[in-house]
Amino acid sequence: MYAFSYHQPKTVRQAASLLAKNEDGKILAGGQTLLPTMKQRLAAPPALIDLSKVEGLSGIELKGRSLVIGAMTKHAHVATSEIVRQAIPGLADMAGLIGDPAVRNRGTIGGSVANNDPAADYPAACLALGATIITNMRKVPADQFFTGLFETALEPGEVVVKVAFPIVSKAAYAKFRNPASRYAMVGVFVAKRGSDIRVAVTGAGANGVFRATALEEALKKRFSPKSLDGISMPATGINGDIHASPEYRAHLITVMAKRAVTAAIGK
Amino acid sequence: MSATGIGAPVRRKEDFRFITGKGQYTDDINRPGQTYAAFVRSPHAHAVIKSVDASAALASPGVVSVLTGQDLEADKIGGLICGWMIHNKDGSPMSAGAHPALAVGKVRYVGDHVAVVIAETFAQARDAAEKVMVDYDQLPAVVDMNEALTGKTVIHDVAPNNRVYDWHLGDKAATDAAFARAKHVTRLDIVNNRLAPNPMEPRAAIGDYDSGQEQFTLYTTSQNPHVARLVLSAFIGIAPEHKLRVIAPDVGGGFGSKIFIYAEETVCVWAAKKVGRPVKWVSDRTEAFLADAHGRDHLTHAELATDERGKILGLRVKTKANLGAYLSTFSSSVPTYLYAPLLSGQYDIPAIYAEVEGVYTTTAPVDAYRGAGRPEATFVVERLVEVAARELGQDPVAFRKKNFIRKFPHQTPVIMAYDVGDYTASLDKAMEMADVKGFARRKRESARKGKLRGLGYSAYIEACGIAPSAAVGSLGAGVGLWESAEVRVNPVGTVEVLTGSHSHGQGHETTFAQLVSDRLGVPIDQVAIVHGDTDKVQFGMGTYGSRSGAVGMSAISKALDKVIAKGKKVAAYAMEASEADIEFKDGRFSVSGTDKSLAFGEVALQAYIAHKFSGQELEPGLKEGAFYDPTNFTFPSGVHICELEIDPETGVTTIARWTAVDDFGTVINPMIVEGQVHGGIAQGVGQALFEGVHYDADGQLVTASYMDYCMPRADDLPSFDVGTTSTPCPSNPLGIKGCGEAGAIASPPAVINAITDALGHEHIAMPATPQAVWLAAQRRLPAIAAE
Repeated sequence: MYAFSYHQPKTVRQAASLLAKNEDGKILAGGQTLLPTMKQRLAAPPALIDLSKVEGLSGIELKGRSLVIGAMTKHAHVATSEIVRQAIPGLADMAGLIGDPAVRNRGTIGGSVANNDPAADYPAACLALGATIITNMRKVPADQFFTGLFETALEPGEVVVKVAFPIVSKAAYAKFRNPASRYAMVGVFVAKRGSDIRVAVTGAGANGVFRATALEEALKKRFSPKSLDGISMPATGINGDIHASPEYRAHLITVMAKRAVTAAIGK
Repeated sequence: MSATGIGAPVRRKEDFRFITGKGQYTDDINRPGQTYAAFVRSPHAHAVIKSVDASAALASPGVVSVLTGQDLEADKIGGLICGWMIHNKDGSPMSAGAHPALAVGKVRYVGDHVAVVIAETFAQARDAAEKVMVDYDQLPAVVDMNEALTGKTVIHDVAPNNRVYDWHLGDKAATDAAFARAKHVTRLDIVNNRLAPNPMEPRAAIGDYDSGQEQFTLYTTSQNPHVARLVLSAFIGIAPEHKLRVIAPDVGGGFGSKIFIYAEETVCVWAAKKVGRPVKWVSDRTEAFLADAHGRDHLTHAELATDERGKILGLRVKTKANLGAYLSTFSSSVPTYLYAPLLSGQYDIPAIYAEVEGVYTTTAPVDAYRGAGRPEATFVVERLVEVAARELGQDPVAFRKKNFIRKFPHQTPVIMAYDVGDYTASLDKAMEMADVKGFARRKRESARKGKLRGLGYSAYIEACGIAPSAAVGSLGAGVGLWESAEVRVNPVGTVEVLTGSHSHGQGHETTFAQLVSDRLGVPIDQVAIVHGDTDKVQFGMGTYGSRSGAVGMSAISKALDKVIAKGKKVAAYAMEASEADIEFKDGRFSVSGTDKSLAFGEVALQAYIAHKFSGQELEPGLKEGAFYDPTNFTFPSGVHICELEIDPETGVTTIARWTAVDDFGTVINPMIVEGQVHGGIAQGVGQALFEGVHYDADGQLVTASYMDYCMPRADDLPSFDVGTTSTPCPSNPLGIKGCGEAGAIASPPAVINAITDALGHEHIAMPATPQAVWLAAQRRLPAIAAE
């Protein structure tokens, strides 16, 4: 780890101003990605702005037809929350699949969406559920928020405050873990809200999380795993590495989508 | 059997210390005035070092010194050695390139040591290490063994085709003749994947120098501190043995990787005198992946000749063994004498011929890793046997039984003389425990769910208890492989056992104490096991090759015999009886035919006060030592059965059942033995399904962290069903065969035989990752649909 300055703001406003003042500074939320990369000297932010003392960033509430989760809410909290389990059980299940118990008790939803790791789980949930990312400045629809590998629509000085998920009728996540890291090698989140069906894929896209429109179209005819039979996803634009070729990952997208649909129907 | 004697499942004495964080590992030790070392490592697989500019590093805060290979040469510090000479087919010696602890002239793998930076803090050392400017002229990387053997790029000038040796074992003419008259020949091309050892505790070292006494001390994570001292003294030239103390305190696992004498430990102890302060280095996990000696990495073409009834006539293998960029301490022996002599497996094979080429590549050195050569041999034999049975349309169990060795002793055509065993007994018991009869039903149930179920056998043998010194000496070893022990009885009857065996997870503090308790009748909490310090234990050969029970405990047993013999003399004086009338049983010396007796502790006290035999020939005190040199290897054997289920849609393999029946001879502590079997199976399953070191074409290590190197996890494994049979080993006093490596040796072929059984074809290599199995299942899907 290289030396850095450490800041502990009390308000979002202070955090945003520190972020604006410290070029290349980083927000520290749960630190489950940032701290290991700093320890390995792969990241060297000159300043860390720790959100842990900012009031009101953590919590889960139902607001009308929306489930609103504070940016500093831990994965374990989402996984075990009765409110989430009632409103969008597939989201609670997904949170329970992130990392391991230690990661789930430190890692946060805000950190996950702001980092936009191409193998992270939350971006798929946000995209499939049509979430809105609420920052200190504005509200950004998930479709416009995740812009590339570790890239988001966040502007300098912009801090994620909440994520709002519209309540859907059916939703589930199926994840095929990378055998080594156990991050998603292919994770598919499927959500149905009325006639709107969205399928988001993480872990596989060369440019990060994306919507599988071919699968969405097929599921619009009938929301059943059988609707996906015979649909093979193209391998172009899909990641390849020592664990999985683009072809294998592409194959797994359909398999995981079917499993997600099966799980969603079962709920 | 007493509650703490031989055969009792005594809880491990050492565990309370370990699980409450009270262990003393090398990194827990800090010396006054200690500095910290960080190594500058090569980012290239192969390059000429044009220059090293340390000026910026030296100006960096807290930096004490920056040292390079030139400094080592100036101090006449020798390079790292390979302690086992292998000869080529033509009798000429192997081609071993120099292995300086800090590179001179060239670097030969990513992670190779170029310089060391020593600073006041570890962070300062790391910061400064990044400021050492090394000007490299890159040379082509050579990762692939076949490419290396073309000699287009030469790694060491002494080995023009990158061939370290071209060795063979067995009777070529007899084997060729066997193949000429064979009815059927089974042929397989086998990859034995390269593994990273991954002990829980990474390597660490503290070099310390006392200028007043001119005494060096090295605290290090070693499986064999005396061998480390011997090599550092006699070959590397740090200091004479009486001026070098090596301490290996609590060590958190090794699996072979901590046998070897590495660059970092050598540099720390040398540099301590150089900078006049203790020097500490602790590896991080990526350094461990880069620079700990890896294991396995063979390419083999294997053939099995059978007659019309399916009787094996001969076995022939050609193996290329990747030895990496330099020859590590015992690397040369692993794919030769620890491999080919095991190619007879449990089978009566009249003719065997093995050819092995050792190959340099621009990758980390490869050396012994749990099983060391024997897993590679077992994989060859058990895959050949399974495939031969399938090709001949014979039941793999019947085929194995038909070819099992049944008469002992049995001389194989490849050195080994098996002393005892009952291979059918292990197979029958394992089949019963595994409910092989119910497999067909379970397979149908899996098929109904769209899953492929397979059953795989592995009937393994290994040679442990290494080793008779004369035997290994005749094969090229630079050392003898006996073990030493000293039993010190204190005046009150408590006992300290000093042993040359080193415990780094094996539980010696418990099992060795059980032996003492059993023999002397003292409670095990009155027995202390002392090891891991060359100032306390006179000499020892360390722990590897499942030798601590068979060899180390045999030495203790011999010393205990002497203690009891002397105790009888003391008791005779104390009870005024003839020595011939003294009996020792259950911790008491008694005069036969009388009610006179003394407890062991009372006799110990008599030995030290010496009131009853003052001035006699008998010396006071009760302390005896022994060296034990085995007369043969030991031959643990057994049968493992793996039953698994494949999801052809994803390629995920789930192990459903695992049955292990092992013949370890006498078992001292069945709980610890079972733990060793569990850990071994986990590592073997790791090799079969998950683990694989991967270098890209440029020689960069892709699997340099757990993000890409896949270890087996608890949820990858079923609950193991473990049983034993026993044919005690006749060549050591306790009948022990050794159990430390069996699981890792037995399990890979069991997994692959099960996968190929499920798939219905043989086209899968280790590690059988989900992607590999999915691809392999694609070949099979049309056939499954047809069924």
